[in-house]
Amino acid sequence: MTLGDLFSETSSNLFGNKVRSGLTMLGIVIGISSVIVLVGVGQGATQKVTSNISSLGSNLITISPGSSRNAGPVSGGAGSATTLTVDDAKALKSQMTFAATIAVELTRRYQITYKGNNTNAQVVGTEAAYSTIRNVGVASGAFITDQQSQNYAKVAVIGSNIRDELFGVDTDPIGLVIKINKIQFKVIGVTATKGGSGINTSDNSIYVPINTAQRFLAGKASISSIDIQAKDKNSLSQAQQEATNILLVRHNIFDSSSADFRVQNQADLVSSLTSVTSTLTLLLGAIAGISLLVGGIGIMNMMLTTVTERTKEIGLRKAIGAKSRDISWQFLMEATLMTFIGGIIGVLLGWALAAIFTKTGLITAVVTWGSVILAFGVAALVGIVFGYYPARRAARLKPIEALKYE
Amino acid sequence: MKPIIVCAGITKTFINGEVKTTVLTDVSFKIFPGEFVAITGPSGSGKSTLMHILGVLDSPTSGQYELEDRDVSKLTDNQLAEIRSRRIGFVFQAFNLLPRVSVERNVELPLMYADMPKEERKAKAIQALRGAGIDDELHYQKRSNQLSGGQIQRVAIARALVNDPAILLADEPTGNLDQKTGQIVLDTFRKLNDSGRTIILITHDQYVAEHASRIIKLRDGQIIEDSVNKSHRFMDKEEPTRL
Repeated sequence: MTLGDLFSETSSNLFGNKVRSGLTMLGIVIGISSVIVLVGVGQGATQKVTSNISSLGSNLITISPGSSRNAGPVSGGAGSATTLTVDDAKALKSQMTFAATIAVELTRRYQITYKGNNTNAQVVGTEAAYSTIRNVGVASGAFITDQQSQNYAKVAVIGSNIRDELFGVDTDPIGLVIKINKIQFKVIGVTATKGGSGINTSDNSIYVPINTAQRFLAGKASISSIDIQAKDKNSLSQAQQEATNILLVRHNIFDSSSADFRVQNQADLVSSLTSVTSTLTLLLGAIAGISLLVGGIGIMNMMLTTVTERTKEIGLRKAIGAKSRDISWQFLMEATLMTFIGGIIGVLLGWALAAIFTKTGLITAVVTWGSVILAFGVAALVGIVFGYYPARRAARLKPIEALKYE
Repeated sequence: MKPIIVCAGITKTFINGEVKTTVLTDVSFKIFPGEFVAITGPSGSGKSTLMHILGVLDSPTSGQYELEDRDVSKLTDNQLAEIRSRRIGFVFQAFNLLPRVSVERNVELPLMYADMPKEERKAKAIQALRGAGIDDELHYQKRSNQLSGGQIQRVAIARALVNDPAILLADEPTGNLDQKTGQIVLDTFRKLNDSGRTIILITHDQYVAEHASRIIKLRDGQIIEDSVNKSHRFMDKEEPTRL
């Protein structure tokens, strides 16, 4: 019996019983398409998290103050110390070799008003380099310059959401004057909308020169963080080490475990969040995998019924010369062909559903070749594994008993 | 001339739990090429079991069965399948053809299992269908459940002959047919035997048995009579009626 004969025997049987074959295939279709969609949703989430984090700036290292250490056993919360200064940043700027750019940040929340409108927003006192490091684009006007900082200029770049709240959606606020904590600032720019969620995105922030922020708003010399952009991805950990060493020396601390600052790099954050989303992907994949398994059992069930139903046919085939091998191949082929067709439909359906989900904007589902191949491979395996037992049973029937079967 | 079939002391016992039933006891005979043998007897006489053994669908409990000089008991399952596919043609009483499958394809099945290439199969199948008296090509692509009972049996004969077997084994081939269509089928056998085909016909019907040239009578698993049937020579030898 050639492969071509096997194929035509098999397909004539499958298409001879369309309703049953179709329903059995449906199990596989649902199983495969749900694997593809759910794994796609998981991978979409991973991609979204990664891109959200990298939109905050790439190759980023953030140094923040550690907990304050007063005399006595009571320790303040992390970031409560006032140990980080603009001079620290200056030292880093002059000494670091693995850093591309460095910017300081002094962040506080203030009440912002413009005529009758008011809102509460995060005000970031910083330098020109901030826009590069944090990936903050400017939609109209310009970002603050270091010159403005030296001049203690009362100028502000506002986030797009702040613009919408204070001035209304389509107005141009450049040149208008807002009040931050009752002090007048001239708006010189509006940031490009980044989207995304979270209250601390650039859309909801206001940027002012660092010196201005220290003199007129915060009234103190300490800063809330130093942002360092490493030269490239590979020098991230070296830059982190370098910054730590420089600051330890400056702060006269010899034991790095008692440092009064914290150095974090973005890659760590990405990897910890990615591990969360990949667990999610695994979970979703496992749920979908169960439905694929159920589909496989459906196939086995149908094949067993078929073997019983077609016992006489098997007997007749054996009487006219079919070998056990011919019979087992035929039934195995039927199961495999069914999972194969179901698999193809499932992949197409899963792909379409993922595309629809993504288009509606509800969830981002990313279909990768990996998940398609995985789903298809599992389905093929399911077909062979669950088709094997019924095929074996059919092949083992004695011709005479099969013929006499009523 | 060498016999095609040699049965020596064949006994068949079925064991069903505690109950032992002996269906055939010490059955011995020879069949020569070109013979038309009817094996007959009342129901329960063991004739069907004997046919299953002759068709290597079943094996005897004891005794020896040689088919074309080969001791069948020593063959493997695959070799037996090979024999069924190439040396024996079966016509059963019912369920001869696969439903939902075309007539032509049904006839091709034994050739498929004998690994014959597709192109040759079709030509052979058509030849066999003509030989069995189905000339009208309109029937060839019909599915077998669209045919009448007489047509089905003749397609079955075509399928049994398509591999040019040494023996044609028929088990009550007219059992499900009315007298007229039964006669057509019997005439087909008669004609095949006239052209040299060895035929073994199992029947309980004396009238059917009389179409054969030799009648083996069984009762309670034993041969009670093995005689030449001379009268068959005087039977109508016209061409079988075409469908």
